[in-house]
Amino acid sequence: MTPASSLAVARVVQPADAGVKAVPIDVAQLHFRRFDSKTRVLHIVVMATFLGLAATGMPLLFSDAPWASRLALLFGGFHGAGLVHRFMGATLLLAVAWHVSNVFWRAFVGGEKGLFWGPTSMVPQPRDFREFFGMMKWFLGFGPRPRFEHFTYWEKFDYWAVLWGTLIMGTAGLVLWLPIAASHVLPGWLFNVALFVHGAEASLAIGFIFVVHFFNGHLRPGKFPMDLVIFTGSVSRHELEEDRAAEFDRLLAPGRPDRGVLTAAPTEIVIRRGYIVGTVGLTLGLSLFALIVYAMVR
Amino acid sequence: MWTRIGVLLAAAWLVAGPAAAEPPTNDDCLTCHEDQKALESSTHGPLACVDCHSPLATATEFPHTTPIDKVKCASCHDDIGSQYHDSIHAWAKEKAGLAVAPACADCHGKHDIKARTDTASRVYRTRIPDTCGSCHTGIKERFDKGIHAVMLKKGDSRAPSCADCHTAHTIQRADTDKWRLAVTAECGTCHDKVVASFRNTFHGKVTELGFARVAACADCHGAHEILPAANPASMVSKARLVETCSRCHPGANERFVAYDPHPNPRDYNRSKVLWAANVFYWALIPGCFGFFGLHSGLWFYRSRKENSHDAGK
Repeated sequence: MTPASSLAVARVVQPADAGVKAVPIDVAQLHFRRFDSKTRVLHIVVMATFLGLAATGMPLLFSDAPWASRLALLFGGFHGAGLVHRFMGATLLLAVAWHVSNVFWRAFVGGEKGLFWGPTSMVPQPRDFREFFGMMKWFLGFGPRPRFEHFTYWEKFDYWAVLWGTLIMGTAGLVLWLPIAASHVLPGWLFNVALFVHGAEASLAIGFIFVVHFFNGHLRPGKFPMDLVIFTGSVSRHELEEDRAAEFDRLLAPGRPDRGVLTAAPTEIVIRRGYIVGTVGLTLGLSLFALIVYAMVR
Repeated sequence: MWTRIGVLLAAAWLVAGPAAAEPPTNDDCLTCHEDQKALESSTHGPLACVDCHSPLATATEFPHTTPIDKVKCASCHDDIGSQYHDSIHAWAKEKAGLAVAPACADCHGKHDIKARTDTASRVYRTRIPDTCGSCHTGIKERFDKGIHAVMLKKGDSRAPSCADCHTAHTIQRADTDKWRLAVTAECGTCHDKVVASFRNTFHGKVTELGFARVAACADCHGAHEILPAANPASMVSKARLVETCSRCHPGANERFVAYDPHPNPRDYNRSKVLWAANVFYWALIPGCFGFFGLHSGLWFYRSRKENSHDAGK
């Protein structure tokens, strides 16, 4: 660690107006907060409902696969699987609706800055395209790894894919759930489109989450077997410097102390809990994906 | 025990041995039973009366006084016999004691039995409905109104008759889930494209999973009185669709029944929007997985390279 950056950290932890009692802490051991508790809970809800939706929907999507009726029987048959599917779908829709309204509330009522543009925003920006091309160059050995900010372009893609997917699948799912009600406004042939889109979008989502997101977020070299940040909520100083050099520089820039991002390292129990939840999620997801691969190559 | 075996052996010698009495010939039998001459022109023509009425082969006194046992067709047609034994007809006759339930001769005839390929046979394709209808008169009435019966009467051998769906000898209850689900495949032996498109729907997928709560062919088209949609009396005619769909979907309206129970995403003329959705996702899904597959592959390659580089330092 360079003396300059250690000074910067000291400034962040002990802002001039803090007035807190000086507690001896090793600033180098402090973690950087990445996800607050609401975001972590949201991810767990999305994760659990997504796995449940996949497991209860796949018997229908792959109804000719030999495992289809047995997977449905796990939920008490087609009827039970349907009930679980609708419950999970409604929960996911509510969770996403809560998230979207929370973002708008924070922006327009709470006056929070930087939600729709800037280094910590999820909105795609020119730097994402630059970083994408930078990443391509790095892949091929023509340049260094880009210095990422708070969210990388593949993380933004993940985020928008979930939002887009929930919107499409949720709308189609509601139409299929309540066709009689839907028929007061929509023609019946749209139910055919809804079923097709629900299945196609499901294939896309399942493939994307269980392969692309699992790889980018967890299984890739450097993170294998999993990245615990979504469960613990914070990253170590070293990790931040490695993965998001631009954010690291911004947070530690002299004169711009960003209060509230420093936090204690996650405790042993939090880490262990993260590993358990992560392992269960990854195992279930990869198992479901294995069933799909089996159904397709059979 | 040994005495019994001795008696049996003696009896066998009596039957098989050279000293046994000659069994009566067909002409002997026809002396009295001249009304059974039909046997000669039947498919069993080459057989002797006593081949089926076996107890008489060893009878010594004629005319025989005791009533003879029922003919056991299964002694030759054992495979058919065991199939019949598993059917609802055998169950009704043997277990439920329903005396009117049919056994072999009720459908095939007795002495006038013909091969099923013989147009005069009671079980010839086009005559099967009459044979079954001799008991199932109500069903026959409905079947006769349907397009299948019309085709059958024209001699169209592709048209199904009773046994094509219900089988000839392993007939089961038609109201069980198992039967209802299996019969869809039977419709598909002729209407293959229609059943394939049905498999694309929620109805088709749920029934394929083995759950019969949702519609299969007969629920919308009817089982026996099937008519083409162009016929206003058809359950799937424009005039009756709302009524038919409402049987499962109470509250179905005109807009609701615009649903296509046999969609084909590849058929542009059938539904342009569905076709467009199909094209869109066929571009999006491989595009997305191709892009990120390459992205992840390159990432993996670069990370491995950097790691080995680091290790070498």
